Amino acid sequence: MSGTKKETGFSFTIDGVEITAYAGQTIMEAADEAGVYIPRLCDHQGLRHQGSCRVCTVKAGGRSVAACTQPAAPGQAVENETKHLNKMRRDLVEMLFHEGNHLCPICEASGNCELQAMAYRLDMTETTRFPYLEPCRALDASHPDIALDTNRCISCGRCIRASQDVDGKGIFGYVGRGIHRRVAVNGESLAETDAEVSDHAISKDVCPVGCIIRKRVGFVTPIGEREFDNGLIGHEIEEKRK
Amino acid sequence: MSELPKARIATASLAGCFGCHMAILDIDERLIELMKLVDVDRSPLTDKKRFTQRCDIGIIEGGCCNEENVHVLHDFRRHCDVLIALGQCAIMGGLPAMRNAIMHSDAPLRECLDEAYITGRYIRNTTHNVPNDPALPLLLDEVYPCSQVVEIDYQIPGCAPEGDIIFDTLSKLLTGRFRGFEREMIRFD
Repeated sequence: MSGTKKETGFSFTIDGVEITAYAGQTIMEAADEAGVYIPRLCDHQGLRHQGSCRVCTVKAGGRSVAACTQPAAPGQAVENETKHLNKMRRDLVEMLFHEGNHLCPICEASGNCELQAMAYRLDMTETTRFPYLEPCRALDASHPDIALDTNRCISCGRCIRASQDVDGKGIFGYVGRGIHRRVAVNGESLAETDAEVSDHAISKDVCPVGCIIRKRVGFVTPIGEREFDNGLIGHEIEEKRK
Repeated sequence: MSELPKARIATASLAGCFGCHMAILDIDERLIELMKLVDVDRSPLTDKKRFTQRCDIGIIEGGCCNEENVHVLHDFRRHCDVLIALGQCAIMGGLPAMRNAIMHSDAPLRECLDEAYITGRYIRNTTHNVPNDPALPLLLDEVYPCSQVVEIDYQIPGCAPEGDIIFDTLSKLLTGRFRGFEREMIRFD
């Protein structure tokens, strides 16, 4: 397989760095392999690409595209870490914070949360220009082992894809349209679905925020030892280049 | 640099837990270095209740949950050249802001007070009343971040922010070298 890969390999650039890609690879897949980090929230390794959060937006040939779904093309010049793109990403992340109820100090995902870590990486420290929507959203603690705090949901759909494609269950799905689109469970409550704590959709890495909670394991890691306490999100990809 | 006149700073704790002021003390022995650059005016650290003169930097912990918080914040904006929101509560309301939305109610403040003083399972309140002494500041309908009440110049994130980021920001601001935070320093919300 690697032999055929080499034959079809081609190169393109991200911020002037030459990247080798193979036919069928997206810009993000090729960048990850080469050790160039493109920020992302709705994309997760092992799940099908969705391209909905737009945090991974890059400029390819002067056009804005989602790096997680856009196939890499030979000779393409891709812009990633530019002031303009990072500002747009920061605004997107900031709006996600404003759309839900994201109270980091009380959230058990704090320190392991990709949304929080992305805000840190994108330097979201200026005074906000947006209003907090502060929606009233439901907490579903009906399941004996799992709780859902939808105040923290960012509708990335990673649990939907994990449940459908990996677990073969379809516990989660989108309901509603536009700003009212939400992730819902396939039943009156989570307890009435066939969700199990061993499902891939419930595992620690699938939900990027603190919406899907495994009961009785909260706050096990002390501050200072959590996933993003000592490294920016994406550093493990960037370290490949060093 | 020693010929520079000392800057004046002031601090206040609004709707916060005083943890951010504790974090200011986490600067530890570098406080001595900092005190060479500043005099502390109105602050719980000096126990001065009023401004004695105009200040260069005002540091605010906590958001606004009652009208006294709003008065204090306006007072700080009037008396300080640069106003810093320190910590999550000052930046976005923090824990007190939980009462804005999480109560799932049309009257979240009423429901919050009822549960805290009357209907809560572990409450022992013989008067069956919500405290309403005239000396108590009037609660606002919601908890507001400082930036929704006055103009805020800088925000130092964290719950509580580390002593390192507070010292780094203050010492750079005081010497005119502040160009934003080091990315690795922004953490621990």
